Amino acid sequence: MKSINVPALARVEGEGGLYFGIEDGRAVEIRLDIYEPPRFFEGFLRNRFLQEIPDITARICGICPVAYQMSSAIALENALGIEVSPEVRALRRLMYCGEYIESHALHIYMLQAPDLLGKESALELAATAPEIVKDALRLKKIGNNILKTIGGRSVHPVSVCVGGFYQWPDRQAIKALLPDLEWGLQAAIDCVKWAVTLPYPDLEIEYEFVALHHPDEYAVIDGDIRSSKERTLSVAEYEKGYIERHVRHSNALHGYTATGSTYLVGPLARLNLNHEQLLPLAKKSLREANIVLPLKNPYKSLIARAVELVQAYEEAILLIEKYQPQGPAHADIKIKEGEGAGATEAPRGLLYHRYRIDDKGMVQFARITPPTAQNLPQIEADLFALAPNLLKLPEAEATLTAEHLVRAYDPCISCATHFLKLKVEEK
Amino acid sequence: MSAKKPTVAVYKFSSCDGCQLSILNMEDELLELAEVVDIAYFLEATRAQKPGPYDLALVEGSITTPHEIEKIKQVRSQAKTVIALGTCATSGGIQALRNFASAEEYAKTVYPSPEYLQYLDSATPISEHIQVDLELWGCPVNKKQMAEVIVALLNNRKPNLPPYSVCLECKRRLTVCVLVDRDIPCLGPVTQAGCSAICPAMGRGCYGCFGPARESNIESLMAVLKEKERYPGEIMRLFRGISGYSPAFKDAAESLSGEKVTA
Repeated sequence: MKSINVPALARVEGEGGLYFGIEDGRAVEIRLDIYEPPRFFEGFLRNRFLQEIPDITARICGICPVAYQMSSAIALENALGIEVSPEVRALRRLMYCGEYIESHALHIYMLQAPDLLGKESALELAATAPEIVKDALRLKKIGNNILKTIGGRSVHPVSVCVGGFYQWPDRQAIKALLPDLEWGLQAAIDCVKWAVTLPYPDLEIEYEFVALHHPDEYAVIDGDIRSSKERTLSVAEYEKGYIERHVRHSNALHGYTATGSTYLVGPLARLNLNHEQLLPLAKKSLREANIVLPLKNPYKSLIARAVELVQAYEEAILLIEKYQPQGPAHADIKIKEGEGAGATEAPRGLLYHRYRIDDKGMVQFARITPPTAQNLPQIEADLFALAPNLLKLPEAEATLTAEHLVRAYDPCISCATHFLKLKVEEK
Repeated sequence: MSAKKPTVAVYKFSSCDGCQLSILNMEDELLELAEVVDIAYFLEATRAQKPGPYDLALVEGSITTPHEIEKIKQVRSQAKTVIALGTCATSGGIQALRNFASAEEYAKTVYPSPEYLQYLDSATPISEHIQVDLELWGCPVNKKQMAEVIVALLNNRKPNLPPYSVCLECKRRLTVCVLVDRDIPCLGPVTQAGCSAICPAMGRGCYGCFGPARESNIESLMAVLKEKERYPGEIMRLFRGISGYSPAFKDAAESLSGEKVTA
């Protein structure tokens, strides 16, 4: 192969390029170039009042705004020493279920599945398999409806504040979501059965998986940071175990463990580390589909997303059945100087925030580590592992297989800093 | 069906993806839309790319890098009609907050090796670089308004967009005024309608993400809001937010802070 130059990798959130340097038929350099323009969020969070932060951080990502709102609210609550009520915590989990549903349904059906089914897009798939696409759109819409009911709209919802919510969503409106959710739960169970039949490329990687872990539930909004390499840190200790580096070819920082190795966050990491905490129907669908854990094939993160889709629907139903708002919708805020960290599991993986605020409640320092920044070095390492097989393939197929790998990660390049180019160069 | 469906291209500049996601979030209309228009270029949705020229270009995001200045000119040369989609594209958006500070300082704050980066000192709306045929505000845009704009333009008529402010939407949904009743600072009186007044309905003030409404009396509102400030600088920061670089809100924040910004 002499050179491959694909002008743009599609179906990812953000702009990046892929570069393969080849010497004597083997890859000597592989880079995921991220030229999504930097937007300097941590810069303009400075000197903003703490209660303005969730509305600003939401704008980091249109697909997972809730993750950004939640991680920042929780970090700021930790800085103030505030605990939220169990009702607030439950509603946060429900809102997060909505985001997992819309984000995972989007990724499974509209971003990754076309690669497995030989299509360019879900719209093209709709011509031959309209039922799949119609169900996909309905599955996704239900997630968006949860967000709209709690937050007023699905993209950049407006109800989240430091301490909880501006007000409780209407009980009737929340309960009215149930019939659709019952349909969605069944459709998600069917999605897992379908997901395991798809033709994934062969590739197994010995990953270090990293995710939040909670002893009593499938961790999303709190817990300890657990690694498959027997390292457990509290959220406050995150920066002791994980570091970021700036590399020339990327406007997104690159995450490594403190000892300099790559690691994986996201659905595969969560499922492999936390499957024991899944709810009964999610566990059952995992078992009935004969899914053997740990899953080590990055392309199969689609299967992990499908299992999490069941989990999110199942949990949303349980939370809604119990939804009985009482007490204040948000904790009382007493402003004081302080510093606090917060981490939640965004649909794409661990999302860490840390803030320092002054005695007026103004942010003096902000640090945000998005999931995709943590995964970038791992994606490059996976592409290296894939390269020997890739270079034997015809050009078009090699390109598609490499693009597919990047898409399987569901990279949110807007978060991490959009557009992927595959360029292979003979040195 | 006619062989010549109008062609639509969707582009992203500096942004969060939320406005293009709003197209994919048209779950009830997406398949129908794809039947009446030819989605010729939409990277987030499809790998297939048809060459221009296109009938309609939908542009998300603001211009923040030298490369984007070149790219937006190409978009204009390839499209009959260009719509700026969302508050980033119409006024610079959240990343235009850099225009009130030093982008270089920000780069140093966020990146260990800022010399690797290429960026402009200011984030600017699409209309500062090319002629834009229609601007649709919102962070994110309202998908019903977006559908109305696409359908209207394809049928050669003027889109029906509300000329009034968020206040009227509150009255329509019978929301009790948060400003009058609860002393909560709210930009509803001076912000364009389109969101259905969701913030006051949540018991909080509007933060202006649909941009300034035409012919609103910002000065009068500023005087009212100053009386209700809950922490120092709240009202200035309220104007200097998502739509902070729109001329009307920029002027308001400057007169409140006493600092003139020349970005």
